[in-house]
Amino acid sequence: MTQSAVRPTPASPTPPGGHLLEVRDLHVEFRTHEGVAKVINGVSYHLDAGETLAVLGESGSGKSVTAQAIMGILDTPPAHVRSGQILYQGRDLLTQSEEQRRQVRGKEIAMIFQDALSALNPVFPVGWQIGETLRQREGMSRADARRRAVELMDLVKIPAAAKRLGDYPHQFSGGMRQRVMIAMALALNPKVLIADEPTTALDVTVQAQIMDLLADLRRDLDMAMILITHDLGVVAGVADRIAVMYAGRIVEHADVRSLYRAPAHPYTKGLLESIPRMDVRGQALSTIKGLPPNLMRIPSGCPFHPRCPYAQQVCVDVVPHDLVLGDGRTSACHFAQEVRDDSAR
Amino acid sequence: MFRYILRRLLQMVLAFFGTTLIVYALMFAGQGDPIQALAGERPVTAAQRAYLTEKYHLDATGVGGFFYRYFDYVKSLLQGDLGQSLTGRQIGDILQAAWPITVKLALIALAVAIIFGVTAGVIAGIRRASIFDNSTLVLTLLVLGIPTIVLAPLAQYFLGVKWQLFPPTAGSEPTFYALLLPGIVLGSLSLATALRLTRTSVAENLRADYVRTARSKGLVKRRIVTVHVLRNSLIPVVTFLGVELGNLMSGAIITEGVFNIPGVGFNLFRGIRTEDGPLVVGIVSVLVVVYLVSNLVVDVLYAVLDPRIRYE
Repeated sequence: MTQSAVRPTPASPTPPGGHLLEVRDLHVEFRTHEGVAKVINGVSYHLDAGETLAVLGESGSGKSVTAQAIMGILDTPPAHVRSGQILYQGRDLLTQSEEQRRQVRGKEIAMIFQDALSALNPVFPVGWQIGETLRQREGMSRADARRRAVELMDLVKIPAAAKRLGDYPHQFSGGMRQRVMIAMALALNPKVLIADEPTTALDVTVQAQIMDLLADLRRDLDMAMILITHDLGVVAGVADRIAVMYAGRIVEHADVRSLYRAPAHPYTKGLLESIPRMDVRGQALSTIKGLPPNLMRIPSGCPFHPRCPYAQQVCVDVVPHDLVLGDGRTSACHFAQEVRDDSAR
Repeated sequence: MFRYILRRLLQMVLAFFGTTLIVYALMFAGQGDPIQALAGERPVTAAQRAYLTEKYHLDATGVGGFFYRYFDYVKSLLQGDLGQSLTGRQIGDILQAAWPITVKLALIALAVAIIFGVTAGVIAGIRRASIFDNSTLVLTLLVLGIPTIVLAPLAQYFLGVKWQLFPPTAGSEPTFYALLLPGIVLGSLSLATALRLTRTSVAENLRADYVRTARSKGLVKRRIVTVHVLRNSLIPVVTFLGVELGNLMSGAIITEGVFNIPGVGFNLFRGIRTEDGPLVVGIVSVLVVVYLVSNLVVDVLYAVLDPRIRYE
């Protein structure tokens, strides 16, 4: 049934030693009437074939903007990519023409969004919307596109797919709608799937189903996935590595296991400590005091210092560089070693 | 949907009787001596007065007499007889002659609104804050600010009399060309509103999440705008234009008056001025039906255009 959906694994054109997708020192700002908001300030991360990278951070930390910069769907203006590189299979997407980038969208890198109800066009049937990608991009006939749309809807486990082809987005439940989004993103067999908070708008039980589905699809279709979320619980079972973002920077970068065991950045540590735990009774839940910074006036030095329990004078004066901690771990904190040792205790 | 339409049709029957009753009451309540009004300045003989009093049941007085005449009227109305105007012509004949002209005028006005208003609105919506956007804003505010009673004579004077680009008046059997200038004047108001509405709607939809999705599917920009954005943006515009067509069909008193077009509005105005009660009530009764039907059509159209709308 879903045989045709499984892409024959092509020989990877990625140059040896290179990553499938790599963001290098990306800077993005939003130019508005009120001033310039520095939304992304030197983000670097990479993604290899077949792995899942979780990008974690609170609202406004720049995780979605980075993803939209990769897709090339930022609204410019007000957004403006100031510098940096986005290498896909070794080629810098930022130097390519709009037409070349359009070819990459959906076919190489596809994206699903947080709120499927508003992300789907309300006035077209879902089958039409899934098929549109195939008709427009692959020149498929109407009948073929319909057939393939049913296959894709089966693939994401929408019951009675053939019957629901003509239904409109509002006639689906939240979970089913997100499945439609996923089916649409998979239409052209992308090599990278960016999931931007795919479960945020959903019930908890449905969240788990969607995450399982995404993990299964990633494995079966041999894709790489960037999972953007602010929910630490969602990440644990699915991701291989985690990049934690704060004020438009990656503050910590580690494999899931070691990050959960011993976070090496005070922000990550604070996030993990603010998760309610079943095994600890009668303690007040710890929180990170203060608010995320105003991106038009990012604090000097380490942007986290006003909220950080470890902060010293050096944190106000000097921007911390990524400290390499071994095992591919980095932390942008002057006291990374100390924080990690504290956490491990 | 079928049940909804049925319910609306039943409501229309009530609305029809309600409005005709009110119009009938207003028209005859304020009237001093309808027989003298009919004759104008000329004297009326006793025999003529007796004949007309008998014919229109003017001898029955008070509320009872009013309802007597009203039911008289409605009875013949339901038989398809709109009655005679005080000038002795069949009101049905008057409408038959006037309506095609008004419909032609309305269609010209609507075409002007669609061709220029919607097109300019789409462009202004896509190029927000451009010179084009700002100049259309100024122009539409100007048009919306000038009442037709000023705009129509101005257009007539400059375009019709001074530069002689169009015939200044239409006459009894107006050609398409003669109706063009009045149509543009009449349509300019709908044009301005349609333009503003389209512009806002397009600008809003361009920012919608589904546009971002369409871009991430790798569709070309033209397709995103012409298929995804337009299909959504035009829902309120089509609805507005539907209501507007209903309004235009009921005649344009001022425009038809200025350009001397013998349409529905022209006859209605004449009826009011000469205190021709039967004519006014007859025309308004038909207009009420036109208006109610066009509103129902618009509501149904709305559900057809937007799948999220369901009528129970």
